[in-house]
Amino acid sequence: MFGKLKKGLSKTRGGVFGKINRILTAKRKIDDDLLDELEELLITADVGVSATLDMIENIRQKVRKEKYETTEELNRLIIEAVREELTFDEPPIPDSKPYVILMIGVNGTGKTTSTAKLAHYYKQQGKDVLLAAADTFRAAAIDQLATWGERLGVRVIRHQAHSDPAAVVFDACASAVASHADVLIIDTAGRLHNKVNLMNELEKINRVISRQIPDAPHEVILVLDAGNGQNAVQQAREFIKVAKVNALFLSKLDGTAKGGVVLGIKKELGIPVRYIGVGEQVDDMERFDAGAFVEGLFEKE
Amino acid sequence: MLEDLSGKLESTLRRLRGYGKLTENNIADALKEIRRALLEADVNYKVVKEFIDEVQKEAVGEEVLKSVTPGQMIVKIVNDKLVKLLGTTATQIKSAGIPPTIIMIAGLQGSGKTTFSAKLAAWLQKRGRKPMLAALDVYRPAAIQQLKVLGRGLNVPVYEEGPGDPIRIGMNAVNAARRQMCDTVILDTAGRLHVDEAMMRELVNVKNRVRPHEILFVADGMTGQDAVNTASEFAEKLNYDGVVLTKMDGDTRGGAALSIRAVTGKPIKFLSIGEKTTAETIEPFFPDRLASRILGMGDVVSLVEKAQETIDQEKAAKLEERLRKNQFTLEDFLEQLQQIKKMGPLENLLGMIPGIGAQLKNVKVDPKAFSRTEAIIYSMTREEREKPQILNGSRRKRIARGSGTRVQDVKQLIKQYDQMKKMFKQMKGRPGKGLRGLPLNFM
Repeated sequence: MFGKLKKGLSKTRGGVFGKINRILTAKRKIDDDLLDELEELLITADVGVSATLDMIENIRQKVRKEKYETTEELNRLIIEAVREELTFDEPPIPDSKPYVILMIGVNGTGKTTSTAKLAHYYKQQGKDVLLAAADTFRAAAIDQLATWGERLGVRVIRHQAHSDPAAVVFDACASAVASHADVLIIDTAGRLHNKVNLMNELEKINRVISRQIPDAPHEVILVLDAGNGQNAVQQAREFIKVAKVNALFLSKLDGTAKGGVVLGIKKELGIPVRYIGVGEQVDDMERFDAGAFVEGLFEKE
Repeated sequence: MLEDLSGKLESTLRRLRGYGKLTENNIADALKEIRRALLEADVNYKVVKEFIDEVQKEAVGEEVLKSVTPGQMIVKIVNDKLVKLLGTTATQIKSAGIPPTIIMIAGLQGSGKTTFSAKLAAWLQKRGRKPMLAALDVYRPAAIQQLKVLGRGLNVPVYEEGPGDPIRIGMNAVNAARRQMCDTVILDTAGRLHVDEAMMRELVNVKNRVRPHEILFVADGMTGQDAVNTASEFAEKLNYDGVVLTKMDGDTRGGAALSIRAVTGKPIKFLSIGEKTTAETIEPFFPDRLASRILGMGDVVSLVEKAQETIDQEKAAKLEERLRKNQFTLEDFLEQLQQIKKMGPLENLLGMIPGIGAQLKNVKVDPKAFSRTEAIIYSMTREEREKPQILNGSRRKRIARGSGTRVQDVKQLIKQYDQMKKMFKQMKGRPGKGLRGLPLNFM
């Protein structure tokens, strides 16, 4: 299961976190220089200044208190620290029917592709999946999802371009209930989190879902581009105001970007990463596992 | 968050007041805050490091201008350097001697290439050009359809062959443009990761075979630390001509721009604002605007700059001398007023000062109040201006008549003048306090 993850992360490991290993093995003593270098590595991984400084301080204190001396020990300490930051809740197993997933995020993070990946994931488990093309704004976004639907053999509820996305969602919910679908995944339009109207629209979509299906949406997934920097925290902060975001989908982790910003988001807002995207194919997705993630990051070559 | 930073810098900088010269010690804290600001704005770690080192070198030993505080001085140095690094406003797109001009658009997935391609077509159209769009993204589902829809909306022809070979499509598009008398072809290529060797090779092949005159690298304005890797890898493979920053209507600080500039040296040509594909959603890039956005400092820099430009240093020195001797007259008052007037509308001016800006954001300043005050002082005799204490009832009446104001207005002015004089008296013997050249308080 984690083969793909490791493959996707190999570049990440070869990059910043790979360097941690090199630094740690090259040096012996845990001194300020070493911690400075660690700081550079973490900031370069988009972990963010405050989260990095907190972590370094944490390590500094532990080193002082527990008298760590070798880098081997520090290595373990860092893994622990990151793992601690990323403790996550086990992804839920859909028990309600239909299990409704709402995909949201800014433009170009990969919502539609991630939607297709999730549809594939649940289909593989033998679930009956329904997709809703609620991005009625971007040119051909509906076609894009429809193409995925065809490829995956999954039904797609769609309206005309520029129609009301809430209406699409309404129909999709009704259809999911009527057809006893197991999983309904709603793909929404990309929107910048500082656009009030668009955020209101999302709130409305959310409301329509809850009214149709009690307790839904069960999962609100914020899709984040791993290449994004500190603005991702701001994105999460704003999206959580209009929809109960309970998971992150960290996309495009197959590049050299580290997506370290999820540490800050977890810390500040408590939203865990649940999935990662590592390519453009439908099976280029993994459920996020903090343990495996961290082990993978620090694994010695 | 932005206000936070601005506030933090302000307090750091306040501590800096009262120094005549910038030294390594007295600017250390300010530089630390600036470093943090840059990192939080997503400027790359190494770029920040180099930048701060250079600023320090430049700042140490610098004389602090009379009209500003040392803290403002550093911000100014930092800002100037940022602006210089960010380059110039360059919206020129190369054009071919024999049409069509071929423009190639490249970048990572989801950076906004297709949307920008359509915007660029609209932008060119508005400038009297006849563009054609070519769909070279044969991978992403419905990418071709997307371009077709956008093209139709703009009445711009779209060349596509469905999911074929991008190199072939590119070459055929150029021929099609020639036949249809289009003077520009925009090649919308597929998004790709810079580490995907096969896909990067494809891009290089398109470049070598289709021979674009201009290659633009499209980058998401929200990009973090990795911007240096992607931008330099694309630059190495494609040697592109310019950079487009997209999604700049968000609240990103846009530090990626500085990183990209620093590592590639390529000019930033356009900012892309919003999702609508019209000519107006492309903006030329202004280095000074982005610099203050990255610094998150409001426009304190412009204020310092304006102060420097407009307030004559010599006059300021003379005034200081007079203040010291408590000889501040209505003549000086008038002069101060005119200095401030030169700096533009007062609302703008007040908005530029962090801290003050927030409090006075909605205060409307009557520009007529200025001219009224001027008229009143102009209606006085020289003697009255030098020695306002001689202003009695009949003099005030005459002045009011002469300036077309009411006696109350004249009285009010004299009151303001007295307050200001008192204020200056208090400030006496505490050089370097406050915005000396800018007695905004009396407004």
